[in-house]
Amino acid sequence: MAWVTQTLSSSLGRKVVMSLTGLFLSTFLIVHMAGNLQLFKDDGGRAFNEYTYFMTHNPLIITVSYLLYTSILVHALMALILTRHNQASRPVRYAYSHPEANSLWSSRNMGILGTVLLLFIIIHMRTFWYEMHFGSVPMAEYDGKQYKDLYAVVKVAFAEWWYVLLYVISMVAIGFHLAHGFQSGFQTMGIRHPKYTPIIETIGTYFFAIIIPVAFAAMPVYVFLQVHGII
Amino acid sequence: MQPLRRTDYDFTTAVADHLQFLYKMKVNLKVWRQKNNNTAGKLVEYGLDNISPDMSFLEMFDVLNGELTRKGEEPVAFDHDCREGICGMCSMYINGRAHGPQTGATTCQLHMRSFSDGDTIVVEPWRARAFPVLKDLMVDRSAFDRVIQSGGYVSVNTGSAPDANEIAIPRSVSDEAMDAAQCIGCGACVAACKNASAMLFVAAKVSHMAVLPQGKAESTLRAERMVAQMDAEGFGACSFTGACSVECPKSISLDHIARMNREYLGAKLTSENMQG
Repeated sequence: MAWVTQTLSSSLGRKVVMSLTGLFLSTFLIVHMAGNLQLFKDDGGRAFNEYTYFMTHNPLIITVSYLLYTSILVHALMALILTRHNQASRPVRYAYSHPEANSLWSSRNMGILGTVLLLFIIIHMRTFWYEMHFGSVPMAEYDGKQYKDLYAVVKVAFAEWWYVLLYVISMVAIGFHLAHGFQSGFQTMGIRHPKYTPIIETIGTYFFAIIIPVAFAAMPVYVFLQVHGII
Repeated sequence: MQPLRRTDYDFTTAVADHLQFLYKMKVNLKVWRQKNNNTAGKLVEYGLDNISPDMSFLEMFDVLNGELTRKGEEPVAFDHDCREGICGMCSMYINGRAHGPQTGATTCQLHMRSFSDGDTIVVEPWRARAFPVLKDLMVDRSAFDRVIQSGGYVSVNTGSAPDANEIAIPRSVSDEAMDAAQCIGCGACVAACKNASAMLFVAAKVSHMAVLPQGKAESTLRAERMVAQMDAEGFGACSFTGACSVECPKSISLDHIARMNREYLGAKLTSENMQG
């Protein structure tokens, strides 16, 4: 199997690993966003808690979740390896450079954006995922069945303005990260065609870089406004 | 002098055009000076006046070197050859951009009229681990030669020339191959890339053969070997920023990078080479 390890450690192979994990994480975002839209339902969190129960008990979802954790780690570690390699490829930097004349800021700063996102994921998982799995979450009862009341945890977390701000900033970062990442992930795998590339770019720009981050950012803002009785 | 043709010029324009040589610019240069690869370099300032806007950037350097020589100083070493934009020798990173502010042109095709009177112009060599500085603005680009040697060729049996049009190639395919084959191997892609990646160069070389029937026979081996050599030379990976294509004097398209990715992955998945 020398060819597999050799391929995956070539510069092109490493980018394929980034592409596959990145695109998988992008599809996860769709599911995650669609599910969390339950937060907008004005039912005291019942729909959200039932959805949370499903997500933590369905065997298929549990299996995919391990793939998800692995993807995040592989994507981040591979990014670190690539960044170090890329920086080593130019040991002496230019004294004077004008990269904005030839490329977009987001495309050149995927590492910085990714670092912001990794920190965000750690904070986000500590607040919700960790509490759900290992912390003490109050219980709620719907139709005689006990559910962990994650909605209560959400309300406490998003009552803090700085925590909401952290989420909004992180969603701006994810927007820029995906604006470049989604469409270039396809190019890495050789998918570039006059018929399909414009479609991929449109999906990447409007859906992944705008709609998804805006929908995610709306959640903490909505809960914050609701908790403080503004809406 | 060309005779004036009233249909092309009005009188005022014609006079202005013919008096253009009287206009001279002043420029302030900051040039990277480095004795050799083992010593540290630094930016050195030179002031030049009497620069004609019609001079090419390299001619401006000829003027500078003339002045330095007359003063008994060492002239600035820089690569150049054809000065027609087709050889790929000139290689300056001018004001933060490979081959300067113009797009689709080499340094020799950049003219001083692209700058304003009194401008400060910073000139550095290509910066990449795979392109060590030899002296001043000259870098060693033999890494590109080794990438070509690893697979950038088509093996043919020599003998009598084949009949023209023996192999039918659609016009769109030959155009695509020619677009890639325009690459002059100057290294602007590497210089402009934030990762000093040679992807556009290698992709152009892989692509222009991969699309033609003559090149298809060896396309698997070619993609594997050229990418392996590219990595061995110490170039970075591709972030798909597109900077290479913008700065490329031949405007080689990013399409070729995607094609090389396709060729490479296909080669890796289908070749019988088990060792990598």
